[in-house]
Amino acid sequence: MKVRHAIGIAVAFLSTAAPANAQVDFTGQWAPLYHEDTIERIPGPELGDYTGLPLSDAGRMRADSWDADRISVVQEYQCRPHSSDYSLRGLAPLRIWADYDPATQRIIAFHTHIGAYENKRTIYLDGRPHPNEYEPHTFQGFSTGVWEGNMLTVTTTHLKENYLRRNGVPRSSKATFTEHWVLHRNYLTITHVVYDPVILTEPLVRSQSWFLDPGQRAGLFPCEYLPEVPAEAGTVPHYLPGTNPWLKEFAEWYALPFEAIRGGAETLYPEYRAKMGAYKPKDKCERFCNCTGFGDCLSPTGGR
Amino acid sequence: MKVALLAFAVALCGLALVSAQAPPARTSPSPVRPTPDPAATDISVVRVQKNVYMLASRAGNVAVQIGDDGVLLVDTGTAPMAQKLFAAIRTLSNKPIHTIINTHLHADHTGGNLALVKLGAGGPQPPRVMGHENTYNRMVAAAVEANANTPAAALPMDAFFTPTRDFFLNGEAIVLHHVPAAHTDGDTLVHFRGSDVVATGDVFNPDIYPVIDIANGGTISGTIVALNRVLEITVPAKYQEGGTYVVPGHGRICDEAEVVEYRDMVTIIRDRVADLVKKGLTLDQVKAAKPSRDYDGDYGTTSGFWTTEMFVEAVYRTINATK
Repeated sequence: MKVRHAIGIAVAFLSTAAPANAQVDFTGQWAPLYHEDTIERIPGPELGDYTGLPLSDAGRMRADSWDADRISVVQEYQCRPHSSDYSLRGLAPLRIWADYDPATQRIIAFHTHIGAYENKRTIYLDGRPHPNEYEPHTFQGFSTGVWEGNMLTVTTTHLKENYLRRNGVPRSSKATFTEHWVLHRNYLTITHVVYDPVILTEPLVRSQSWFLDPGQRAGLFPCEYLPEVPAEAGTVPHYLPGTNPWLKEFAEWYALPFEAIRGGAETLYPEYRAKMGAYKPKDKCERFCNCTGFGDCLSPTGGR
Repeated sequence: MKVALLAFAVALCGLALVSAQAPPARTSPSPVRPTPDPAATDISVVRVQKNVYMLASRAGNVAVQIGDDGVLLVDTGTAPMAQKLFAAIRTLSNKPIHTIINTHLHADHTGGNLALVKLGAGGPQPPRVMGHENTYNRMVAAAVEANANTPAAALPMDAFFTPTRDFFLNGEAIVLHHVPAAHTDGDTLVHFRGSDVVATGDVFNPDIYPVIDIANGGTISGTIVALNRVLEITVPAKYQEGGTYVVPGHGRICDEAEVVEYRDMVTIIRDRVADLVKKGLTLDQVKAAKPSRDYDGDYGTTSGFWTTEMFVEAVYRTINATK
């Protein structure tokens, strides 16, 4: 009896130990941390700020043509959600739950719900293939995951066009992205890599983190589109090449060379500093001077 | 023999109609998609929504509506693909084909008419083939010009000339919208109101610049009007996802969000070309300015039946055309 009891305990213990192909259960309520790229993510990016983006000429021209009126005049944009690659960076209280295979108790899918636009997404871990080329694209795309040790690596395809940055820098529907989910105690970090053959000349790597917050509750995100301004039907606000007047103000606010804010792979690397020349910040900070989190970043002059 | 006689009568009748309506002079050759080898072309059967499916292949898309009344097809693909197409239809329904709607005249959308009318017969009446009268007229004119012995069953004999036409089949209303002078001058959008699906023909293809067939009455202005009409018909579900689904002439199933992106792209390039024309640039200068270069990676190509340069030229040539 004692032996049987001991075996039972051993089996129970082994079943909770991490095997070689371990699974990490990410389920729970996760509160976003905004210490990375705070100004871009919370108040939102400045017009013309393409820093950190390995933009192609096409991507830069698309962004230069973008007129912010478009998200108001074209009412179909009013409730357009963040796509799953951008959603990770937005206002993102994150809830994760899982499906388990009843026969093995292994996780066969993660589901996520993100506060902004109530984005819901499924990451399949059951080995299913991605849909064929004729199936619809969605803003969340189609995601499958595999375990690499304790890290979950996710591949997403079938994305609708969306944006890399909320200032008109697009992300094409030909893009795919890969995520790497890693847990460090109560912190979840997702590093994601966007591959866009149209808008980018090399992969765009970004990361973001959350901490476990069981008391968190992601609220609703009501949105209803409607005509906001009188405009002739079919109007598409945009700037003709060379006519966008807002492209230089970001460089002027931060005393940066204009060329340095235009993006492109070269500008991402430390060697570019030598080409850019010595950086002399303004004597007095004028914009988002103490923006380190949510509350003090809501206006350009706040938080001084 | 009867078929040949009927074809002759139809041809004469069509010729008379064509003469009366005087389609625009052919200023450039009609862009023709290459016909893929049917033996090497698989058909994917994809459920769109409710009663409507999409049969997709490299040859193009066919929307299929099924129900108790029979099978309705929007377009019939290329002639060589007809047998395969019919086999794919039979995986969805054993009912006879009730109605075929041609969205426009091109052979990759009408080539299977005759074969599918024959293969799909068996109902109380032969399958009817519908289309806008401009489509009918141009198909007849092309047959006459080619001296082809085209049977009546290969033509949209049930033609309409009004802006819209509607009927009820398989438990839902179906509305045909004529969108003039877009891809051609006979384009028809097919809206399945109950299933909440719209089939656009080649007015909208998500992976290529609009193919503007000037020789058959297509214009850039009409293309934009047609895309805006699609947006009037479509209603998105929550957060601009789903709702009304869109079956394009070629490529994946889409919804309103993707038509918006496409309409915006076409409108922006039209505006850029118009600005260059206003500044007095010649066609060669406009081409050299590459007004579409930021979208070429999404929609353009430098080879094939419809290159980026052909598109820019079509925009330039039709920018002031009336819709």
